[in-house]
Amino acid sequence: MKLSRKRRRLWIVVLAGLGLGTATALTLTAFQDNLVFFLAPSEIAGKNPGPERAFRLGGLVEAGSLVKDTTADGRPEARFRVTDGPATVPVTYVGVLPDLFREGQGVVTLGKLGPDGQFRASEVLARHDETYMPPEVAAALKRTGHWDPKNGAPPPAASWNTMEPAPARQGS
Amino acid sequence: MIGELGHFALALAFVLALAQTVLPLWGAARRDGRMMAAAGPLAHGHLLACAAAFGALLYVFAVNDTSVVNVVQNSHSAKPMLYKLAGAWGNHEGSMVLWVLILALCGGAVAGFGRDLPTALKARVLGVLGLVAAGFLLFILVTSNPFGRVWPPPADGQGLNPVLQDPGLAFHPPLLYLGYVGFAVTFAFAVAALLEGRVDAAWGRWVRPWALAAWSFLTLGIALGSWWAYYELGWGGYWFWDPVENASLLPWLAGTALLHSAVVVEKREALKVWTVLLALLAFGFSLLGTFLVRSGVLNSVHAFANDPERGVFILGLLVFYIGGAFALFAWRGPAMAPTGMFSPLSREGGLVLNNLLLCSAAAVVLVGTLWPMFADLLFDQKISVGPPFFNTAILPLTVPLVLAMAAGPLLSWKRARLWPVLERLWWAALGAATALLLCLFLAGWRVGPALGFGAAIWLILGALADLADRIALFRRPAAAWSRAGGLPRAAWGAALAHAGLGVTLLGIAGMGLATDHLSAMRPGQSVALGGYQWRLDKVEDAIGPNWSARRATVTVLRDGATVTVLHPERRFFPVGRSTTTEAAIHTGLSGDLYAVLGEEQDGAAVLRLHHNLLAPWIWLGALIMALGGAISLTDRRIRVAAPASKRAAALAAKA
Repeated sequence: MKLSRKRRRLWIVVLAGLGLGTATALTLTAFQDNLVFFLAPSEIAGKNPGPERAFRLGGLVEAGSLVKDTTADGRPEARFRVTDGPATVPVTYVGVLPDLFREGQGVVTLGKLGPDGQFRASEVLARHDETYMPPEVAAALKRTGHWDPKNGAPPPAASWNTMEPAPARQGS
Repeated sequence: MIGELGHFALALAFVLALAQTVLPLWGAARRDGRMMAAAGPLAHGHLLACAAAFGALLYVFAVNDTSVVNVVQNSHSAKPMLYKLAGAWGNHEGSMVLWVLILALCGGAVAGFGRDLPTALKARVLGVLGLVAAGFLLFILVTSNPFGRVWPPPADGQGLNPVLQDPGLAFHPPLLYLGYVGFAVTFAFAVAALLEGRVDAAWGRWVRPWALAAWSFLTLGIALGSWWAYYELGWGGYWFWDPVENASLLPWLAGTALLHSAVVVEKREALKVWTVLLALLAFGFSLLGTFLVRSGVLNSVHAFANDPERGVFILGLLVFYIGGAFALFAWRGPAMAPTGMFSPLSREGGLVLNNLLLCSAAAVVLVGTLWPMFADLLFDQKISVGPPFFNTAILPLTVPLVLAMAAGPLLSWKRARLWPVLERLWWAALGAATALLLCLFLAGWRVGPALGFGAAIWLILGALADLADRIALFRRPAAAWSRAGGLPRAAWGAALAHAGLGVTLLGIAGMGLATDHLSAMRPGQSVALGGYQWRLDKVEDAIGPNWSARRATVTVLRDGATVTVLHPERRFFPVGRSTTTEAAIHTGLSGDLYAVLGEEQDGAAVLRLHHNLLAPWIWLGALIMALGGAISLTDRRIRVAAPASKRAAALAAKA
């Protein structure tokens, strides 16, 4: 079959539309199930993600909260608490913590919140940089009024678990 | 002194690039032969200036000149020479100098090898390349001076990030930039064609080798980066859908589409407007990648240090080049009349399908990469888009792409019939179905890997079927050998590249079946994984040139016989006070044995062990793809670029 120029153009438009439509549909469906939200500990009560939905929990590792243990089948397990000041969430993670995981420093974990209030992390993310603060964590701390990045480096790590909101810094 | 000379060379390069923009473009507009002829020498001068600047940068790093800020921040006298030199481009400023050097090299190559190019087209191409170079040189001079001095000079530098001190990463940026910048040349050809208002087969013949070379380098660069992440980061994975990885995948997808549509322009003079658009897109994605990586707008593991000022500057360049090119496209594009009719079922039709699917995939990756940024800006939502999104959204596009990939090369130009093609592919289909069922039978109900194995076998056998058909292996076996010699190298290259993707898919499917084991072990203990016994013998101290380490000895046994001894390490770098994990990997044809040493407590060491089935095939496949590109580049048609040889090759392909 020899196609006229008009028919061919129609074909191309239909095909392109089909491709674009498929891509859009795929993107939207995949978005629905796979968007991962970031929540700070104090936001969990309001958003209530439920035990099925994975989300990213970020904040500071409370100083002195890290306990290293071994599970029944011999795998290493770490338990620590993540805080943003007003709220704290206990986290369990089975696996090797990243090299730059430190108490008192920022951390982002990916996992699900169990009905018992324990956050079971499947991934713990830390950057290859000691002074790095994950931007989500910085924003969360800013919201709760503990640290504004405009005021320079975060306060010393040891003081984070006794954090009092710093009123002098708010609103700056 | 050398530093100032380098800085001066950069400024000189900027001026020469400006001259290389203005004179030839103006000359081409006024049909002034002398001004157009200035393009070549100016491009060579610009190349010399960039090379001098880069040489100066290498020199200050090699002698560890601590009065240069860049050296202080990124180098240290205790580093091995290779990493001192690699450190020159392992940071933002230095990598930009490498970027403009490679761009100047491309310009020099166009000027040097492009003797057969029509004078006006050559002048315009070099002019556009000069414009691109001028923008980036200005960017370096204004925001990222690599030769800035510091006073008083500190005693020594702060060292390069230890994870970057690796041969894989020393060569990853240059290869990647060769790819990115190679698309600057196809971009320049596209803009030149828009300025001329003409795209013909000769244009396609010039664009295709550049697209092919850029694509091959980009393939190698991405593969090397992925391999580096695999062995150096110690996470056991090879692709994380990280924004920076996506930033390099986008130009690759657009470049792959460009490569294929340029064939149609060259052979059939069809799809011209579309090819020009793809050339603009491919470079647009390269610039977007540069912007995303350097501005710090994206939250990623690999990104360079954040700097809003640089981000705004690169965004300005992006808007200027891509916005300008698209405006030009909107203005001049409609003037290019479409020619070359073809029916939907034909080689051209197959290539259109390829383009549609690749562009859809690029659109999906683009949305997934940029959406978190927009959600943050518009809705103040902190979200991330992880691997599950990309896997779900890309897989449905890959299936038809792979299915069509084996059939496409067997379709004839203009008009084809499907049945004879399927007849020639039945054994490939049979092999693919066997692989799929075998995987389901052996590995349980694992659809993803089974599909991967099926697709891999389909592509590899499909490429063989294509070659067998072209040399008439089964119809006239006696003449097959001589016909194989007469087959154009482009055909060999294409078949090889398609098979290469099959090999990569084989590795990816194998990795879908990878197993791992995590446990705290005491010396003498052993665990079973993937049919092997892994025994921890001891953990001891080790010393390197600029690090100290804890090193484990893990013996891997199969049926009581030692297969290999692995030495995973945790290295501590006193300069910069950082720790890195060095995975120990034993590579074999059937896969990798991969061990990572974690922390130690109470005499027990945490070990993460992986049995990565077929993992090396992922990068081997990429190497084969790039080799296919290289072989295709040596095609007579490209070397000679004479119409007569093209006709002869077309005859050979048809007969």
